Amino acid sequence: MSLFDDNVSRRGILKTGLVGAAVATAPFHFVRGAGAADYLNMPKGKSVIFGFNVPQTGAYADEGADELRAYKLAVQHINGEGDGGMLNTFTSKALKGNGVNGKKVEFVTGDTQTKSDAARASAKRMIEKDGAIMITGGSSSGVAIAVQGLCQEAGVIFMAGLTHSNDTTGKDKKANGFRHFFNTEMSGAALAPVLEKAFGTDRTAYHLTADYTWGWSQEGSIKKYTEKLGWNTASAVRTPLGAGDFSQYITPVLNSGADVLVLNHYGKDMVNSLTQAVQFGLRDKQVNGKDFAIVVPLYSRLMAQGAGKNVQGIFGSTNWHWSLQDEGSKAFVKSFGQAYGFPPSQAAHTCYVQAILYADACQRAGSFAPCDVGKALEGFKFDGMGNGATEYRAADHQCFKDVLVVKGKENPTTKFDVLEVVEVTPRAQVEYPPELLGGQLGSCNNGA
Amino acid sequence: MDAILLQILNGLDKGAAYALIALGLTLIFGTLGVVNFAHGALFMLGAFCAVTVGKLVNYQVVTLDPTRTTPWGTPVEIRTPIVQEWFGDFGAFMVEYSVPLSILFAIPIMLLIGVIMERGLIQFFYKRPHADQILVTFGLAIVIQEIIKAQFGANPIPQAAPDLVAGSADIGVLLGFDPGTVVYPYWRIIYLLFSALLIGCVFAFLQFTTYGMVVRAGMADRETVGLLGINIQQRFTVVFGLAAVVAGLAGVMYTPILPPDYHMGMDFLVLSFVVVVVGGMGSLPGAVAAGLLLGVLQSFASMNEVKNILPGIDQIIIYLVAVVILLVRPRGLMGRKGVMES
Repeated sequence: MSLFDDNVSRRGILKTGLVGAAVATAPFHFVRGAGAADYLNMPKGKSVIFGFNVPQTGAYADEGADELRAYKLAVQHINGEGDGGMLNTFTSKALKGNGVNGKKVEFVTGDTQTKSDAARASAKRMIEKDGAIMITGGSSSGVAIAVQGLCQEAGVIFMAGLTHSNDTTGKDKKANGFRHFFNTEMSGAALAPVLEKAFGTDRTAYHLTADYTWGWSQEGSIKKYTEKLGWNTASAVRTPLGAGDFSQYITPVLNSGADVLVLNHYGKDMVNSLTQAVQFGLRDKQVNGKDFAIVVPLYSRLMAQGAGKNVQGIFGSTNWHWSLQDEGSKAFVKSFGQAYGFPPSQAAHTCYVQAILYADACQRAGSFAPCDVGKALEGFKFDGMGNGATEYRAADHQCFKDVLVVKGKENPTTKFDVLEVVEVTPRAQVEYPPELLGGQLGSCNNGA
Repeated sequence: MDAILLQILNGLDKGAAYALIALGLTLIFGTLGVVNFAHGALFMLGAFCAVTVGKLVNYQVVTLDPTRTTPWGTPVEIRTPIVQEWFGDFGAFMVEYSVPLSILFAIPIMLLIGVIMERGLIQFFYKRPHADQILVTFGLAIVIQEIIKAQFGANPIPQAAPDLVAGSADIGVLLGFDPGTVVYPYWRIIYLLFSALLIGCVFAFLQFTTYGMVVRAGMADRETVGLLGINIQQRFTVVFGLAAVVAGLAGVMYTPILPPDYHMGMDFLVLSFVVVVVGGMGSLPGAVAAGLLLGVLQSFASMNEVKNILPGIDQIIIYLVAVVILLVRPRGLMGRKGVMES
């Protein structure tokens, strides 16, 4: 008894084998194209929709407005309008100024209100009702982590806006989430050598910390790096978000024996606590025979403007600054300045870059399927976007690039000219092993 | 001891702001029977009077210098401060003292705003339930907030105290402490004194003038005063304006302490309302006493020594006191018998 049917010929077997081999060795994009039909909000018409989820009301509304300006500019450039901005300096030349994968980019917006629940609701609306293929934006780590989780569950890519907590690409990282902005670990690594140079190794720090995920992350990183320098930590006091008057938290600093005050505050809290610390004479005080110092680990130019002359001489770190003289930064400042009449903030920069990087990844992947786009972003190396040679690390979806240490300018020439870059910390100095911050990326979700 | 003294000063300072807002709130409740949730917005509007004056005295004429360009390729703007150029030293004085000078601007503006608010909206809600009053005044507060945000943006706008009083006073030396141990900003001391003066003026007006006497009589028995042929409603409208002025001036003088933003009124309103409840609805001395008391308690609750024993107590102390007062003495510390007790 033969195993083969009598009608099976050698020629037939050869034919079948050849067809099978042809299918197995077909170009990957052919197979991928077939699978790519199966993902959430797959664009079917001539356009694709991006969802810009930014704070349009609430304490960070001005930053949100700047983010939205940047996104609009990015959409123009991707669609081939305007002067092209950073597309002219970006090392990837996949985008040709005719949209993405032959589709014109359109956008919808949502208001995060800097509240996690409101941000999730607006992201959900953009995904479910408006058909957004990707969500991006935000000015708070709490919001970023909440929206990132939603995007992971829904199955769309989340390109984080301004979020500085380690947790976004640490313990709360997700396979569908990507962050271009730096984090508190990098701030600590970049600031420590500058602080050592300016203030020495025999210092005692007192931390006032915003009582939420970003504040804890910032406090932890700065303590870690300053204690490595030999500094002591006198106390680390948690302050409620939006406290307004910080005087009752500042007065204990006066007689604590500390000679450095670290303000782990951002936004309005930073403006208020810094202003009040200066009013209490801390900047002019002498303790332990040394000049008292104030440090603001995360600076924002928009917020520094709010604190006025109180920022003068105070060190901090920032993701990007409009005064940088590399070709990418100059191109972006020119586009943004001509469109709006003033220079972009770091929030605007990171959002613009994220929109371009996402579009570029889709173009290189030849698809909008989240898992394909994620693969295109993972390990992607690029330059010409304002922070030198940069890599989207595959292990945690965190961008690694140079970090800026800045100082409040003593003699500002314009109201935008409040910070000066004192050090461009090279990427190698702020890099850390991916397992340091914990968390698991999990699996990518296409959402269908 | 030095830490305790500093926290008392902090508490009195903060409490003075609560007291000034609560004083207006309770004055309106006592006269018109209205729970005005837009009162915090009046505090914020006062602060923005200072911002407006600051902008006016710092007004600059912009000309373009075609020989120089910005990094984005447009001509550089040259800004010339007009007031200083026109008025010389007096112009410089106005720039330097813009916050105290704002008081002169804020008094008529806030009086006008108060009268318009009462005549234009709130008078239609006198006979409506308190819930309606709260809703309409809360809605009004949000509208005012959004107008200010649209006009001035969402970020805080710092207002500097005059250089003469921008630093700190080493008050510890006067009390026998080591130099530098009890240091307190001059402007906060001024704010405390200003609040005491303003509260004193309101009490003197109500206590020692015929107008004030009629208002007090109206607060006690509106109907009888009306039967005497006095137009008590008109006086109450003026009282509403007065309450707006008090809140506004509290806001003006607070600007060097807390850079004003559109939301600052709401931050103070809730606390001030608790102050009114603790002090006793309709009780003016109660509002002042409770404001200062809660300010000091909040300050002490923020001390590390206290927070180490009771974490988070600084966030709840005021509400905790309010709960206890409402349970034990619903009329508040100095409230009239019957109010909030039915």
